[in-house]
Amino acid sequence: MKHRSYWRLAVVALAFMALAFPSAVLAGTAKGTIKIATQSPLSGDQAALGEGIKLGTQLAIEQLKGPVEKLGFKVELVPYDDQAKPDVGVANAKNIITDKDILVVVGHLNSGVAIPSSEVYKDVQLAMISPANTNPKITDRNLPNVSRVCGRDDVQGVVGAEFAKSLKVKTTYVIHDKTTYGQGVAEFFRDHAKKIGIEVIGFDGTEEKSNFDPIITPMKAKNPDLIYFGGLYPQAGPLFKQAREKGMKTKFLGPDGMDSSDLTKIAGKAVVGMHYTTVAGPVSVYPKAKKYAADYKEKFKKDPEPFSAQAYDSTGIGLKALEAAIKAAGGKVPTRAAVTAEVRKVKYSGLTGTIEFDGKGDPKKALYFVIQVMSEDPGKWNDNKEVKRLEIAAPALKK
Amino acid sequence: MDIPFLIAIFPQVLLDGLILGFMYALIALGYTMVYGVLEFINFAHSEIFVIGAFVGVEILLGLRGLGVLDSLPPFLVLVLLLVAGMAASGLLAVTVERVAYRPLRGAPRLIPLISAIGVSFFLQDAIRLVESVWRNAFNLVYPTMDQLNLRFQVTETIDVSVKSLVVIISALLMLWALHLLVNRTKVGKAIRAVAEDQATASLMGINVNRMISLTFLIGGAMGGAAGVLFGVQYSLINPYTGFVPGIKAFTAAVLGGIGNIPGAMMGGLVLGLLEAFAGSYMSLLTGGAFGAEYKDIFAFSILILILIFRPKGLLGEVVRERT
Repeated sequence: MKHRSYWRLAVVALAFMALAFPSAVLAGTAKGTIKIATQSPLSGDQAALGEGIKLGTQLAIEQLKGPVEKLGFKVELVPYDDQAKPDVGVANAKNIITDKDILVVVGHLNSGVAIPSSEVYKDVQLAMISPANTNPKITDRNLPNVSRVCGRDDVQGVVGAEFAKSLKVKTTYVIHDKTTYGQGVAEFFRDHAKKIGIEVIGFDGTEEKSNFDPIITPMKAKNPDLIYFGGLYPQAGPLFKQAREKGMKTKFLGPDGMDSSDLTKIAGKAVVGMHYTTVAGPVSVYPKAKKYAADYKEKFKKDPEPFSAQAYDSTGIGLKALEAAIKAAGGKVPTRAAVTAEVRKVKYSGLTGTIEFDGKGDPKKALYFVIQVMSEDPGKWNDNKEVKRLEIAAPALKK
Repeated sequence: MDIPFLIAIFPQVLLDGLILGFMYALIALGYTMVYGVLEFINFAHSEIFVIGAFVGVEILLGLRGLGVLDSLPPFLVLVLLLVAGMAASGLLAVTVERVAYRPLRGAPRLIPLISAIGVSFFLQDAIRLVESVWRNAFNLVYPTMDQLNLRFQVTETIDVSVKSLVVIISALLMLWALHLLVNRTKVGKAIRAVAEDQATASLMGINVNRMISLTFLIGGAMGGAAGVLFGVQYSLINPYTGFVPGIKAFTAAVLGGIGNIPGAMMGGLVLGLLEAFAGSYMSLLTGGAFGAEYKDIFAFSILILILIFRPKGLLGEVVRERT
């Protein structure tokens, strides 16, 4: 009897060691887990871009988590699907702030979702680093916890109008999708176009997704030199396609919402030769991003979508800030406020260039591109041609 | 105001409106026929419409995958799409009736209505699931058939594409066939008898259940055809595409007098034209104060006015109260 109970004890002890030992070795120590959340549309018609943001973040965590792990923390990704809807984004944000392990949010795709959600993060000083939101209000609210790695629509609209001028466009018709982002950039385009002498012969908003006849018919009769669409590709695709099918030979121009291979999937040859401005060039324009594109393709079996390299950089900045905050806290879990403060101090050399934030969370200097669509084959989206590149400082906060 | 400009685009807007109107008319038939026999609104009809569009796009993509799309005559392809879309949607409508509505036949009116809304959500997400697994896509695009995109230049501002004529002609043919079926055949007579009074019809030896299934089959098939035409005309579809045209077609059915087949056709045309004219002319007539985005508000305001003065709809007859 006695002999047997020893044997039992040995089994229990072994089991304990088996459980405790590997995790202690692999995770360094058991100081805890730090989570990085992403918020982007993973379902619905903008899922292609949203998925790219999630996967870019995932890759960044895997490749760059070393320094934080050395300090004794595991780093995990928690992806959230904001469905490109403000209400869903806010509901997710409320869940995110209750999870005490989440110290950084990478997101969103849509400015209209990012603005209300960031108000929720603000309450707990949770850092949000945006890879893709270009609306000026993202940073012009001067929230300490909100930063972005990309440029702004007030600059992008101006770049678009200047480019239209260089194409010798005299008249333009502006259409937008009535969202914070689309209408915003369309208005900046319109205002600057007027200022530099391009006649704006129409300005219309629509939520229509399939039948654009009521817009195209009067537009065609007015025959503008250029159509500017402020919005995203799921609407731009059918609009441009139907305009061509109705015999319009007008030039097309749009903001970075055009930037997805799905645009050519939808509109095919109708959009070949059109231009769009963007704050995120195709991966091919960034010399450092070549390896990233290869890693991404190997791991996820597809090409990186636009903004996924920006998500990678956003995550890199987040990890740097985490590292600094952990060190400042003497190796313990830092507070959210401490991480938020560190984000603004980071000077980061990433795939898309050197990023350094100004007082309100804009990158001090951001790149703006004009890109031309080269092929109707969606697989060749990343070969789109860079026509123009500008480095422009973020406008200062208006008092 | 630029009067010559308004006149110049008039024929084009008329054509846009007719296309939209015939599309609404085809969908509206499904709502109105089901209401005629069962007096309830089949809210799943918008998804039955979308199934037609998806079957069409799958066949086109399949043909293109086989590399034979360009060698087949486009009109033959179109007929094939229509037949397949109609069959799929019609059968689906019959199945939905059998599974989700017939067991509730004796229940209060609201119960099958709720069931219909449930079926609608179920079908939306079922399509989304299948397409995301099968093609890993949310938006599907009808491949372009070049011969259908040929255009005839009529005047400087007006041209007509083959595609739009095809949509109008096929819709007309189907509406005419339906008219013959309902009014000139024995089966049509039986359907009308069931609509009038189920109990008496069954006493006269009519198989009521079979006639109800047939009604769903015909209404569903019309919806499926509309789905294919919608895809051919506007090219982009996704699992939620059906919602807005569905609501509009339902409105068209009410506008024409729900339960009344010629009424649904007329209601569809009126609504389509109203929408096209409102969309194209609003911003011109108001100097840009109201853009095309207010087209639905305008169209639906007219609708409310019509219904205030003709509560039974344009062609609605006074329905006898059943005792």
